Amino acid sequence: MSQALVIVAHGSHLNPDSSTPTHAHADTIRETGAFDEVKVGFWKEEPHLREVLRTVESDEVYVVPLFISEGYFTEQVIPRELRLEGWDVSQWDSDGLSADHVTLTAEDTGQQVTYCGPVGTHESMTDVLVRRAETVTGDSDVGDGFGFAVVGHGTERNENSAKAIEYHADRIREMDRFDEVQALYMDEEPEVDDVADYFESPDIVVVPLFIADGFHTQEDIPEDMGLTDDYRKGYDVPADVDGHRIWYAGAVGTEGLMADVILERAAEGGADIGDALELVRERTRGQQTVEV
Amino acid sequence: MEESTQFAALRAAAENGPGVQFDGLYVHAGDDDYDRDGGYTFGTPEGERSNLSESEFHAAAEEYDEYVSNWYFWTHVVGGSKLKGGVDVGENRHHRRNFLRWLELADQTQHDVPGRYEALRGGLTHEWGELQITATLGEEGHRVYEIRHEDDANTPTDELETYTDPLDIRELVKYDERGQYRPLKTAPTLQTGWVLTDLDQRQVFDAVDDVVYPATVVNWNLERHGELDVNHWEETIERQSGIYGVIETWNRGDGHEHVDWVAESCCDDSQCLKRREWEYDEETELDADGGDGEFPCREPCSLVIAASRKWTRLEGEETQTYEFELTESEKEQIEDIIDAVADGRADDIREADIYEGANRYRTRFLRAKRFDGEGNLSGTPTQVDEQEGHDQEDARDGHDEEEHDGDD
Repeated sequence: MSQALVIVAHGSHLNPDSSTPTHAHADTIRETGAFDEVKVGFWKEEPHLREVLRTVESDEVYVVPLFISEGYFTEQVIPRELRLEGWDVSQWDSDGLSADHVTLTAEDTGQQVTYCGPVGTHESMTDVLVRRAETVTGDSDVGDGFGFAVVGHGTERNENSAKAIEYHADRIREMDRFDEVQALYMDEEPEVDDVADYFESPDIVVVPLFIADGFHTQEDIPEDMGLTDDYRKGYDVPADVDGHRIWYAGAVGTEGLMADVILERAAEGGADIGDALELVRERTRGQQTVEV
Repeated sequence: MEESTQFAALRAAAENGPGVQFDGLYVHAGDDDYDRDGGYTFGTPEGERSNLSESEFHAAAEEYDEYVSNWYFWTHVVGGSKLKGGVDVGENRHHRRNFLRWLELADQTQHDVPGRYEALRGGLTHEWGELQITATLGEEGHRVYEIRHEDDANTPTDELETYTDPLDIRELVKYDERGQYRPLKTAPTLQTGWVLTDLDQRQVFDAVDDVVYPATVVNWNLERHGELDVNHWEETIERQSGIYGVIETWNRGDGHEHVDWVAESCCDDSQCLKRREWEYDEETELDADGGDGEFPCREPCSLVIAASRKWTRLEGEETQTYEFELTESEKEQIEDIIDAVADGRADDIREADIYEGANRYRTRFLRAKRFDGEGNLSGTPTQVDEQEGHDQEDARDGHDEEEHDGDD
């Protein structure tokens, strides 16, 4: 029986770069040959979530949402649009961070679909955040003398969003690699605007836990942190802010190693991926999918 | 090597159950068939030989190699076989196979494989949206495909940017000729000047159904077999949640004029190459033309949904009576401007063509003459109580909608 991977993401009607990381991660995984087919589906682009499964020839499909946290999209929109028969969020039995996978039948195609939890809450996402710090500083041993800020939206619209930020910040802290680790938010305390106040380290790596670069990561956050007074003028990496050097990484989702998290989600759901994880970890080192 | 592989496969298939019956080729081994008496049987529309030894069977296969390579291509390269009474009729839901058969008119020339091969040698061309797809014959019965913009049909290939991997045109099809993002893949705004060559059977399908016009082939094939699941306006709107839940409130009473306007605005052939098959609901057809596209549209797309959300809000407003002072020509000019923008012609109007109402200088003149300091036409305020313009808020609002929607 052949197996397919379908990566589902938000996409955008306005921002052409929104889907770029999704395609890039699909390419990375396709090159490993672990799946007979690797496809992408979107909420705002084509193929739409509603029609992506019918483009897949395999009977066994692993669907991995390229989303940061559990919530409206992973719990309602995606299962509804994919027509997963009998879906109920309780099947994930999640505390907001622990959704793993559930196998259901797609109503229109009859395929067996293993629907996985979002990439953002997977433990290996912590490694991608760290890899992002290595990429943006160009130093594979970065840590000493550095603070690390993980940035998220905050709880205003989705309480699980902040849970994911805290979760990864805690895990990076436990690595004991960076001098300081702090979770920061866009719309609540501690705010990313005051990034310099939360660190003593001279250097701070700032990594937003976002899937794609867009309005928030390219306009809001750089301006809020004072990297630039106008995003259109761009900003330096690193940039000096209140006596600190800020290494702003842009959305973590553009990091090549994200493909690893997608693969792990599918493998935990039962996909046979052979040595694809090793291949991806090796090939994505020093490679980012979108220029900062 | 390839030929012996094909012959070995054919011999194995001949010995397996009812044997082979496909595109005019009949092959069978053994004497259990009612009118054969052992050995191999090899038949084409040009005649049948039975009771063949293995070497005679091999010789027949070599003589009619086109039937053999054709069988091999469809059953072992493309796949999707399905036997019905011993005949390989193909699976209805094998979209790639059905599309590839269509590309070489295989169902019309089912039993004339030599004739089809002859046509393939010269190239068989079909249009798919703005694409021109050509199927030709490769080595040992394999097919080779080429895709280009239909407007480049007569352009020499060496004058086009050549690609051989469908994924390499992903960025190219993302932007139109002016460099604008194409959020709707089936908008008739595909760039010209490129060609995808040397595609194999899977690549041509991927190029069309994944990269250029996602899911159009599968929906077209479902429709051909009477299995297309159309979701009409009403059920699609009903399914929406979150920020799109509000669209349901736009349906009031029995009328569907508003959905006609949506279809006329967004789904016309000038805007989208899909043929709209969804209507207001199962019983109520829309008045707007669904278009003539080759491939169907099975439900209101995400762009229609997003625009309808905005229209739901705007259409909640009550009409007002305004008094404007305009000359006859100025009234017509406003109509010209609306037409030019709606038809996407505004950028094509020449700078000095002051005979066009939507010409930039003409329009600037109208603004200079008829707008007051606040940007109100004829100095007439939009709202009597509120002088503040709302253009700025609107722009911001549109932006936030998509960001809010993407929060997870």
